[in-house]
Amino acid sequence: MTKRYSAFGLFREGLRGHSGWQPAWRTPTPKARYDVIIVGGGGQGLATAYYLAKNHGITNVAVIEKGWLGGGNTGRNTTTIRSNYFYPESVALYDFALKLYEGLSRELNYNIMLSQRGVVTVSHSDAEMEIAARIVNAMQINGTDAELLSREGVIEKAPLLNQSPEARYPIFGGVWQGRAGVARHDAVAWGYARAADAAGVDIIQNCEVAGFIVENGRCVGVETSQGAIRADHTALCVAGHSGVLAAKAGFQLPIRSYSLQAMVSEPVKPCLDTVVLYLGTGTYLFQSDKGEIVVGGGIDRVPSYAQRGNPPVQQAILSGMLEMFPSFGQLKMLRQWAGVVDVVPDSSPIIGPSPLAGLLLNCGWGTGGFKSIPAGGWLTAHLIAKGEHHDISRPFDLERFATGRLIDEAAGSGIAH
Amino acid sequence: MQIFPCPFCGPRDETEFTFATEAGKTRPEPAKDVSAEAWSDYLVTNVNPRGATREVWLHQTCGEFFVMERDTVTHAVTGSNAARGGGA
Repeated sequence: MTKRYSAFGLFREGLRGHSGWQPAWRTPTPKARYDVIIVGGGGQGLATAYYLAKNHGITNVAVIEKGWLGGGNTGRNTTTIRSNYFYPESVALYDFALKLYEGLSRELNYNIMLSQRGVVTVSHSDAEMEIAARIVNAMQINGTDAELLSREGVIEKAPLLNQSPEARYPIFGGVWQGRAGVARHDAVAWGYARAADAAGVDIIQNCEVAGFIVENGRCVGVETSQGAIRADHTALCVAGHSGVLAAKAGFQLPIRSYSLQAMVSEPVKPCLDTVVLYLGTGTYLFQSDKGEIVVGGGIDRVPSYAQRGNPPVQQAILSGMLEMFPSFGQLKMLRQWAGVVDVVPDSSPIIGPSPLAGLLLNCGWGTGGFKSIPAGGWLTAHLIAKGEHHDISRPFDLERFATGRLIDEAAGSGIAH
Repeated sequence: MQIFPCPFCGPRDETEFTFATEAGKTRPEPAKDVSAEAWSDYLVTNVNPRGATREVWLHQTCGEFFVMERDTVTHAVTGSNAARGGGA
């Protein structure tokens, strides 16, 4: 039985040399058969397992992970959570995730360090201010929080921003979402893993899926490096490698894989208490709880499965940072890394049945997989348990590419993927 | 900074190039007989291979499309041919 974490427990362990802690999840040997197999032990896969158990009472579940938990994109993102999208379908999805995030630490009994410090998206001309007003109106109509900021309002949020009249990208104003923020990404994966494990879910690490077992045109399990594992339902939650797994299952997806890179500086004293994105430079940044400046930008220009960045985009991101915050030119950059993201033509995820019966898809999140983990898991679990879409996931079905009912957020909210 | 080989201009900086699509796709014809699914397959689905791949790229500086053979993990370029003459 998993022990609950508490202030008293922490105090008691402090007095007895921290000898009483136990592993947060088991390391089971895979059974030959489960009700549900989830391929991918990142945030989306672990959340799917957790909500299968919690919402639907389905606990005979295996999460199969090639490497280690949260070692893919869940451990490689910049931890930002927001729902400042344009289309009603998108806000319904991402705001559902944000609402679940708001109660997640308590629910999982695991501190995900959610910090709702807000996101400001800065505009640089009168024309961009009209776009900003349009997005604020759309967000308010769709029922999420949004505010149009003046130039003074933006500078109040981030006083170190470049206020010079000579600025290449002058500040005219911006879009503010106050409920947005950041959370500790590893803790999200670990919290879901611990809660799913406590409910009986088998989390199997270092187990690579080599292929799918298909009988009578239906997926009935997977072949893995630890042997064949069978199940009634299989779900693919493998950000970045959805195309590779789809090829093993015999179909193709409307996905192209790109590296998305980020960087982090040495830690410095508190100087920025919100998340800032410039529409002009495409660079966004915030200060981590540890004091580092975390910087990211758009995806790389070259289709790639390499978990490293490419220098031209890195240069664009860093020059964007210096344009926004000239004083950050003194910072030493400590680390740079990249994750491989699934990029879909309309920049919206794919949730729903795959072309192979018995196999469900949770993929195509592009650069937005982390912020949507609770909603993606909740909706994928609903699909598995009920055999049909939740109202929120229905618009994100794969069939939209044939019917033309796309949700084009690249055009709607001007996001980078 | 990676150098890509344009078959017309020789080795140039990667920032001069734009990725277009994967090589080997044939536009379904005639248009009135093409189903929505077949059109969707042509427009948006991809092999998206991990490893060796053939892709159509545009060299923006000279305006020519060409086929580049590349590895999507190592980024090693192994071939570069003009698209004209059936190379794509």
